[in-house]
Amino acid sequence: MDKFLTFTIVGLTLAAIYAIIASGLVLTYTTTGIFNFAHGAAGMLAAFTYWQLRYDWGWSAPIALFVVLLVLAPLFGVLLETVIMRGLQGTTETVKLVVSISLLLFMIGLAQLIWRPGVSRPMPSFFEGRTPIDLGPTTITWHQAITIAVAIAVAIGLRIFLTRARIGIAMRAAVDDRSLTMLNGARPNRVSMLAWALGTSLAALGGILIAPGPGLEAASLSLLIVSAYAAAVFGRLRSLPMTFVGAIVVGLAEGYLAGYLPQNQYLTGFRIASPAIILFIVLLVLPNPRLRGRMTRSREFFPMPTITGGLGFALTLVVAAVMLATTLSDADLITYGRVFPIGIVALSLVPLAGFAGQISLCQLSFAGIGAIVMAHLGAGGDPLALVWAVLIAAAVGAVVALPALRLSGIYLALGTAAFAVILDRWVFNLPRFEVFGLFEVNLFAGGSVAVDPIRAFGTEFDDPASQMIIAAVAFALVALLVVWIRRGRLGRRLLAMKDSEAACATLGLNLLRTKLTVFALSAGIAGLGGALYATQLTSVQPGNFELVQSLQVFALTVVGGIGAVGGALFAAVSLYAFLPLLTTLWPATVRWVGLLPGATGIGLGRNPNGAVHEIRQGFLPLLAARAVLTVMCVAVTGAYVLRLLDFIDNWTFVVLLIACPVIATIAAGLAKPRAVEVAAGHGAELHDVPVEWRGIDRPWTEADAEELDRRLGLSEVELRGVG
Amino acid sequence: MSADTNALLSVHDVTVRFGGNVALDEVSLDAVPGCVTGLIGPNGAGKTTLFNAITGLLPPDAGRVLLGKRDVTKIGPTRRARLGLARTFQRLELFSLLSVRENIRVAADIRRGWSRDKANPTEVVESIIDRIGLSDVADARVDALPTGQCRLVELGRCLATRPQVLLLDEPASGQNETETAAFAELLVELAHEGIAVVLVEHDVHLVMNVCQTVHVLDFGRIIATGTPEEIQQNEAVLTAYLGSVAT
Repeated sequence: MDKFLTFTIVGLTLAAIYAIIASGLVLTYTTTGIFNFAHGAAGMLAAFTYWQLRYDWGWSAPIALFVVLLVLAPLFGVLLETVIMRGLQGTTETVKLVVSISLLLFMIGLAQLIWRPGVSRPMPSFFEGRTPIDLGPTTITWHQAITIAVAIAVAIGLRIFLTRARIGIAMRAAVDDRSLTMLNGARPNRVSMLAWALGTSLAALGGILIAPGPGLEAASLSLLIVSAYAAAVFGRLRSLPMTFVGAIVVGLAEGYLAGYLPQNQYLTGFRIASPAIILFIVLLVLPNPRLRGRMTRSREFFPMPTITGGLGFALTLVVAAVMLATTLSDADLITYGRVFPIGIVALSLVPLAGFAGQISLCQLSFAGIGAIVMAHLGAGGDPLALVWAVLIAAAVGAVVALPALRLSGIYLALGTAAFAVILDRWVFNLPRFEVFGLFEVNLFAGGSVAVDPIRAFGTEFDDPASQMIIAAVAFALVALLVVWIRRGRLGRRLLAMKDSEAACATLGLNLLRTKLTVFALSAGIAGLGGALYATQLTSVQPGNFELVQSLQVFALTVVGGIGAVGGALFAAVSLYAFLPLLTTLWPATVRWVGLLPGATGIGLGRNPNGAVHEIRQGFLPLLAARAVLTVMCVAVTGAYVLRLLDFIDNWTFVVLLIACPVIATIAAGLAKPRAVEVAAGHGAELHDVPVEWRGIDRPWTEADAEELDRRLGLSEVELRGVG
Repeated sequence: MSADTNALLSVHDVTVRFGGNVALDEVSLDAVPGCVTGLIGPNGAGKTTLFNAITGLLPPDAGRVLLGKRDVTKIGPTRRARLGLARTFQRLELFSLLSVRENIRVAADIRRGWSRDKANPTEVVESIIDRIGLSDVADARVDALPTGQCRLVELGRCLATRPQVLLLDEPASGQNETETAAFAELLVELAHEGIAVVLVEHDVHLVMNVCQTVHVLDFGRIIATGTPEEIQQNEAVLTAYLGSVAT
């Protein structure tokens, strides 16, 4: 009984913290429609800041709390709202998600920049050392009592604020209808600023209260708050009372798990992953949403890739990989070789998230499954293991998809994120185990497993150069597969489903089967990427396949352009070539590069077409000028030969490689000025802009006015009459 | 209302509630092959809700929906579509990233995937594009088209599924007079081919010209049923549309 009470108190304390954090999340979500993935990270930053003020600088607790909770956190919230979130009104769910995920990555990077990881930062709980309060059969520490009291105060305070205060009522009104509230004289911008200030303060409060438990570690503290997300999902991200109920359920469940779950090596990870498991279950028992039609009008433009374009892209890539493989040192090849397997993982997002609009944040987990298969079935270098990696990852993908199919948008993102956490915190860490005595399952063997190089055609591909070329060829083939899918029946079907599930269903499409297909396909591709990644790493561990990496790959693929294979390459090159290159060139940047993926996502995540689209537009004149293109290819080949003969060194070669296309593009522009115009959106391309976006996406012309009249069906008489 | 034994679609006493609001109150109607059945009523009368209930996008709280002799009330939209039911949407639900041709192709491919009819989808699509008169813009992305043409694309998409029952939700809104005239001709043709058409439309001329039977829906109830001529004379209908005469 005592034990039960003790763990009830533990559970209620957790519940209190989750309730505080989750109510902040609900406030910001309801007033602005943005699910803030970085909400937990704001709490994390607050905990670090409090530690800095209170323990490093020795401020007194009340002053430190006042500064963090009532000055810095609200200011930070207002900053987020005005600088970042306000610009996201009317954008697609993917864009909102990418920006808030990028914000999460940025904040983790920021915390690691300011508070160097690996240093011990003890954070005592409140009134630590004071004798716990005696409750008869059990005791409650001061920290626990304060936490619970604060949560109750927050609940009462929010209730009064939202029902009595003028601006609180305006806040609830803004939730129902933003534009209507504006018409009625309220100022929604002020309302959302206040919501973000309040929400961030609540996150900060929760962060400070929770940090003494798990300790100050940026990434895990940011994601630990997954439990709070589960609580918020209880209230469907809208209802505060239900959120508090959810927090109590989740908190108590965690408390009792801590108290009663048997201690063994199989369940250690289970406890760590339990918030994610609860989140996953909560998502699954949510009532089935109605089939939706079009939500927001997308302004995406994913041009149909051509076969020639795809082949050209694939060939260029393989040639580039061969050039790099024959010129770079082994150490560099190990670093930069990862571009291709990670690129394949990013490619897996193109059909799934790009075409079908199904957001998945667990692609690296599928890659991890591919890696495990490669390690075990590929022992001795059997290339067939690659096929098994694809098939098994695809099967797991289909199994995950089955429950996840009921979810869409932000809920699907949360579900897949929870799945990733369940895998990387628990399943991947399981030791060897037997299933009903029938067969043995060995994942990462509770630590790491070695991966043998692939052996085929009597050769062992155990050097970084050949592994890089294999991965590049695989990337090129998968890219062609994705292009082929886009051009065919499945691609059209996926794009159709993204736009309107309701229309697809009423046309007789089996949505379940279509989603299963694309999930399995995507997981299979990610599995292949993981398997190749594993052969490059030679030894893999759960840490190689964590949620944070999935988030990075997802965010940067969207920045690159999730609807095209180029977007995937962009993500992989940014993460695994550009960042290492930057630190090689300027070692001083090494601590700053952690901020870059997040910052890129925040800055560029809004362009729905992606950076690659712009890059491709820039190269159009070059592709049109065949003569210049030929000269450029000859020049690149020449530079490569010079490098092979050791006439020039690597750096000169790289500079020449970059200079050739740049000079060629300028030359092509001079040779074919018309192509430049087309690329800039003048000329024939003008008519590709839908009529309602003319004058917004590009300058308004006389011809547009005429076309508009014609389309409205205005006759000459009517026009003159109006004039 | 007497159930027509020929009816390809029969709606029996369908009721839909949104919270306390009764959106549809025991609505019944039939659609027979070869006929265009009109469904008119003021905004908010429940016309689109009825279409949602018929197609299975919105499960009704009471009542039954029959396709031919088969009760489909409990089955989902996909299977209803495969039984020959197709619809267009008042709030367009086009596949905006695809061209006109691709939009129709998606529907043709879906049909080819499940049915025994293995007609060449390219030919099917081309003949439909020709029929709805969009050959000139077949390769344009649909979100670059004016609304009137978008509605034709939705119709074309339906035709590619070879429907027996066709529900059209305000297909003529956004069309100019010439387009509407051509559209009316097409509707009559489709009905003659044996399709049972249900038409929701605000363009009274169109309704009166092409429909054999007209139902009037107001506040979720059918307040009148009859031929176009009868409806035009009906007191209750005039009241619903014009408001009660001041006394």
